[in-house]
Amino acid sequence: MSMSKTSINPFNHDVMPDNTPLVNVNYNGKWIQVPKGLNVVEVTQSQGEFLPHYCYHEKLSISGNCRMCLFEMGMPKMDASRQPVLDANGKPEIAWMPRPQIGCATNVTEGMGIRTNSPLAVDCRKGVMEFLLINHPLDCPICDQAGECKLQEYASEYGSGESRFVEDKIKKPKHFDLGKNIVIDDERCILCTRCIRFAREVLDDDVLGIVNRGGNNTVTCHPGKHFDNEYSLNTVDLCPVGALTSKDFRFKMRVWFLKETKSICTSCGTGCNVTIGSREQTVYRLTPRHNEEVNSQWMCDTGRLNIHYLSGEDRFTRPLSRVKGELYETSWEDVLRQAGSRLKTFSGKQISLLASGRMTNEELFLTKTLIDELQVSLYDILPRQGQGDKFLRSADLNPNSIGASLLGVSNDGKNLQAIKSGIQSGDIRALLVLQEDATEAGLSVEELSKLELIIYVGLAPNATAKAAHFVLPSAGFTEKHGSMINVKGRVQRLNQAHLPPGRAMDDWEILRDLRSATTGGNGIHTIEDLFRSMSAKVPALAGLTLNKIGDHGVQLSLTAK
Amino acid sequence: MSISLTPDFEKKLDEAITHYPVSKRSAALPLLHLWQEQFGYISDEAIEFIAKKLEVQSIHILELVTFYPMFRREPIGKHHIKVCRTLSCALGGAHEAHACMKKLTGAQGDDHGPCTSPDGKYTVEYVECLASCGTAPVMMINEEFYENVNSEEKAKELLKKYQ
Repeated sequence: MSMSKTSINPFNHDVMPDNTPLVNVNYNGKWIQVPKGLNVVEVTQSQGEFLPHYCYHEKLSISGNCRMCLFEMGMPKMDASRQPVLDANGKPEIAWMPRPQIGCATNVTEGMGIRTNSPLAVDCRKGVMEFLLINHPLDCPICDQAGECKLQEYASEYGSGESRFVEDKIKKPKHFDLGKNIVIDDERCILCTRCIRFAREVLDDDVLGIVNRGGNNTVTCHPGKHFDNEYSLNTVDLCPVGALTSKDFRFKMRVWFLKETKSICTSCGTGCNVTIGSREQTVYRLTPRHNEEVNSQWMCDTGRLNIHYLSGEDRFTRPLSRVKGELYETSWEDVLRQAGSRLKTFSGKQISLLASGRMTNEELFLTKTLIDELQVSLYDILPRQGQGDKFLRSADLNPNSIGASLLGVSNDGKNLQAIKSGIQSGDIRALLVLQEDATEAGLSVEELSKLELIIYVGLAPNATAKAAHFVLPSAGFTEKHGSMINVKGRVQRLNQAHLPPGRAMDDWEILRDLRSATTGGNGIHTIEDLFRSMSAKVPALAGLTLNKIGDHGVQLSLTAK
Repeated sequence: MSISLTPDFEKKLDEAITHYPVSKRSAALPLLHLWQEQFGYISDEAIEFIAKKLEVQSIHILELVTFYPMFRREPIGKHHIKVCRTLSCALGGAHEAHACMKKLTGAQGDDHGPCTSPDGKYTVEYVECLASCGTAPVMMINEEFYENVNSEEKAKELLKKYQ
């Protein structure tokens, strides 16, 4: 899968080549130099200021329909010989146009004058706000976008605070079903066409359009057709108002209650950067987080919606230990002491370990340490191949296959058969299963029942947990710290948004404690300590710390491996 | 899609497309006009057919059809009476002429849209300026133009020609 910057977005208005020539521009009375070709919205941004806009988006074509970015424009005054007239300071005098221009569709040229805060510009914004709100239902109290709505924000910042509109508002379709994940409220829509342009330009799935005319303009699909794209939910993020809403998230939580945590998606090997929106112990949504090197501003619907298992009723909340055939809840001290001493009774050749490409580097590093110390000879991960696409989905459905290989835990599934026959022959008598289901890896329930010891580390019941002698409840990806390496060799960080349920623990802590109960402890107390000892041993990670990985990750050079 | 076109008509459509060598999509309006001329209205099948022909999504043909009020989604009567209601005609009695035509033909429906008589013979509809303000009120019946339609007698007279 190639995912160069140019192939993922057809437009990158905000990314200018380094060698772009500069032009002189008079910005709000000050002469500045900006790259030629920027538009006025971007010039404003480059000055640390903001020109309000709805339809402009840096990754979509310019459509110039919302009129919110109106500004006052001027050009150098010319004398009879077509030379610029200079003022007392030797700077060109500017002749201001009587009518405003839209910032998004005006690219700066040499000597251009820009006023974004003149009485004309301020007045225009106020007028545009009033027009945009004419037919808007003003149903903010029950609107999902409330709190992150550009209409609310700009109405408060640039609007007049009251409406003079006394006529009846136009009625349009409410909660209209656009596709399997999206509902549109056309009365809230301000017709910016971001969703239409995204579908057309980025997805090449041109199914959205505007029907009817004037005040009756309605964004919709052709009757009988649906916007069922794998990336459809990005339009919900793009929608500046509450028109497009996610069926999954709507009416679930007011957005201002959501705690935002920067992390990555673990549903495939791409590792899209995300923001986790959680409140207390529940994740309510994932939204893509801008990273040009990975996912730009997008993510797939599958990854975005793959959060509900985290708040499943069936999650393990306490360690379990098997007594006379039944699993009973017990304490961590007890379960670790018992599991550790049982494990010690087997030789390395009698133990097998099934790890996961869904584990973090830190967990894999500890796993490898345990493997080495117990001299386990047969271990592997469960490879997961799926259907990739040309956009973001990777065919590798494990988020950290590269990490598992790098840290020496993975044999790409080649050992799974050997483990199976080892159990059949009775050579293997103990099995550690980390975040996987052994039956998915080809082992049968009968084979599992032959084992004298199964230690299972995981979130929720499965066939392995059913057969396990010890169940160690672990954490989901929004509940843990750590790092993973995506399919392109970029090491990225997961951050903990909320605590695991009940007594469940972060996996690296479980592995650390299991290790100290089995082969002896060491001085690892924090995830940073762990990363440091890992980077000291693994050349590809040399010099890195979790801090240095930062929010946007670090590209590793893995060619040596 | 069970739509069968005469070879002549299909040829006409294909010929219209050749006028737009840069982008087939530009032929959307000419094709819609041809279609309406042939069948009297734009059916759902027509939208699907034209979209397929121009290699665009059907929503983009629907956009055009719903934007322009002169594209009809329903069949109309045999004779189409188009009453101008732009300012000069409105002042000169367009609304009376419209009401009179509705009465004489028995056309029913909301004045904002096409009103068709139950026998399917006539459709009365308002249109915008027919460019003859000096002889208001004016109307067109099918492709013929009539001026100073300011009395019931005159209207009756006109309708005699369209039975």
